[in-house]
Amino acid sequence: MALDPDIFDALLDGVRRFVSERLRPLEAQVSETDEIPDDLVQDMRELGLFGLSIGEEFGGLGLNMEEEVRIAFELGRTSPAMRSTFGTNVGIGSQGLVMDGNDAQKAKYLPAIASGEIITSFALTEPDVGSDSGAVKSRAELDGDAYVLNGSKRYITNADKADLFTVMARTGGPGPKGVSAFLVPRDLPGLSVGKPERKMGQQGAHVCDVTFDNVRVPAENRLGAEGDGFKVAMRVLDRGRLHISAVCVGAAERLIADSVAYAKERQQFGKPIAEFQMIQAMIADSVAEAKAAKALVLQTARAKDRGERITEDCACAKLIASEMVGRVADRAVQIFGGAGYIADYGIERFYRDVRLFRIYEGTSEIQRTIIAREALRNEG
Amino acid sequence: MKILVPVKRVIDYNVKPRVKADGSGVDLANVKMSMNPFDEIAVEEALRIKEAGNAEEVIAVSVGPAKAAETLRTALAMGADRAILIETDETVEPLAVAKLLAKVAAEENPGLILLGKQAIDDDSNQTGQMLAALLGWGQATFANTVTVEAGSITVARDVDGGLQTVKLNTPAIVTTDLRLNEPRYASLPNIMKAKKKPLDTKTPGDYGVDITPRLTTLKVAEPPVRSAGIKVADVDALVEKLKVLGVGA
Ligand SMILES: Cc1cc2nc3c(=O)[nH]c(=O)nc-3n(C[C@H](O)[C@H](O)[C@H](O)COP(=O)(O)OP(=O)(O)OC[C@H]3O[C@@H](n4cnc5c(N)ncnc54)[C@H](O)[C@@H]3O)c2cc1C
Repeated sequence: MALDPDIFDALLDGVRRFVSERLRPLEAQVSETDEIPDDLVQDMRELGLFGLSIGEEFGGLGLNMEEEVRIAFELGRTSPAMRSTFGTNVGIGSQGLVMDGNDAQKAKYLPAIASGEIITSFALTEPDVGSDSGAVKSRAELDGDAYVLNGSKRYITNADKADLFTVMARTGGPGPKGVSAFLVPRDLPGLSVGKPERKMGQQGAHVCDVTFDNVRVPAENRLGAEGDGFKVAMRVLDRGRLHISAVCVGAAERLIADSVAYAKERQQFGKPIAEFQMIQAMIADSVAEAKAAKALVLQTARAKDRGERITEDCACAKLIASEMVGRVADRAVQIFGGAGYIADYGIERFYRDVRLFRIYEGTSEIQRTIIAREALRNEG
Repeated sequence: MKILVPVKRVIDYNVKPRVKADGSGVDLANVKMSMNPFDEIAVEEALRIKEAGNAEEVIAVSVGPAKAAETLRTALAMGADRAILIETDETVEPLAVAKLLAKVAAEENPGLILLGKQAIDDDSNQTGQMLAALLGWGQATFANTVTVEAGSITVARDVDGGLQTVKLNTPAIVTTDLRLNEPRYASLPNIMKAKKKPLDTKTPGDYGVDITPRLTTLKVAEPPVRSAGIKVADVDALVEKLKVLGVGA
């Protein structure tokens, strides 16, 4: 149910203020140290950021999709690594449980996920399984009252901090219909997490391998029915893609604001570079593209809140928004000139950070594949 | 004891104010408004006193337009227990606010009234002092630290060149300075719960207070733009210039 507009505005204002006063000043430090300071994580918990998408009955805020993307626009205005801290609890780490968990599973885990007491991860990708995610090789064999889980997962966001993993593993024959989803607590014997990978950007957010060596997962931890795991994952990703699209819009708005401020300040040939039409054209293109992506994200979020099927729309939003922010970041580097390439200005950092949005939660090619599949099925 | 915290809805401190073309005041159309930062410090201090077990209830009160309810909701989201809005669209000067607050104090019998030392819109720095006079209570302005004991309150005040410590018998008036504390962020769940906390709406008429302005604003103008300086070649030239301007020895 949608919140009263007054209350929602107050929430939005609270997030906006936290982003500008608490998160933005720490961007360079987080990037340098590759760590989110503990006291900052604690402040994020206290603010309630881990529970944005979890129901009020479990201590979260229970935002609907439109509200969630409007909050994500604000969160996008700082380093994406900041959002990543609680991003898995809001999105891919918790939503399988929110959508398909049974009452006992929800009661057991959701309150601690909403409060940020436990961190969650989503483990689909494997060393040999990326875009073709229906081909997961990790296996879960039922043995008495537990599934015995074997295999390994790759590039798992927040794995180093996670207490609970949503793991997709094969329980049946080949193909997507042979996959089931499991809630796997980190402390089960046989589960190990590798060292964080070194990455191009988003320092402060970590991805690691997760390996399962005869991990006995209680049968009651299966999420949904056997063979439903891929469906669970795809529904989680539909929602996740929309959230990421909103973050892309927020990042673009931030980059545009920084570009405009710099262009008005920086003087060449005796006047601010903002007075040159070629600079203005870059700003105009960025503004127009960001607004178009924002409109698409909002429209898709509203359709989701009305209960419409939005797979195609989410893929469109993710494709348009992630490609858009790539171009906006590229123009921002150009408008900043040499400073755009120098670390202290933070623009090159954003340029590297936003590159990820075209890759994870489905590459741009995979979004196009989904859109084409839906279009060929439903249109014409 | 109860603590009363008056809060004012003012232009947000991040906004660059624009003066209306006719010079009658600052243009507030479509401008972001927030709680006066000094009042936020007052709310925070009241909550800390309550959390330390030295107060039972924190009541926020605001005098202003219907929208001032949002400012009260902020105080409630931070942790105040209930709120009173004295609604009016008229201009209310510090004396009128102080008279209204004196009436609220008579009804609520707070042991402490914590106010911001001034509001960042008109910078009057008068309401707390006028209220102390109207109630005949002791006052400590520009509080840097506040310590509550049984029957008294000790306040270290920010004064030129250091701190001055004063002890007040309760009930008392304290106005907050910038260094008193760092206000908390209202958590998102608390922002949602604030809607369910009680907020009474009254009018100045309910208290029988005449709020007619006693002052007339003649003109509001932008601060003068600083004109560019000049460069002088050396110290001699500097001294020469200063003499011409009449500031040299
Ligand atoms: C920082 C980071 C965080 C991540 N977090 C998580 C996480 O938390 N959980 C998780 O499960 N995964 C996570 N991933 C994995 C991510 O989702 C995958 O990397 C992504 O889906 C692509 O898979 P891949 O890397 O195997 O690339 P591949 O699938 O090998 O793709 C390589 C290239 O081939 C293209 N391609 C593949 N198939 C097709 C096709 N059919 N048609 C056209 N082109 C195609 C791709 O678009 C790409 O350009 C993360 C990755 C990164 C880098």
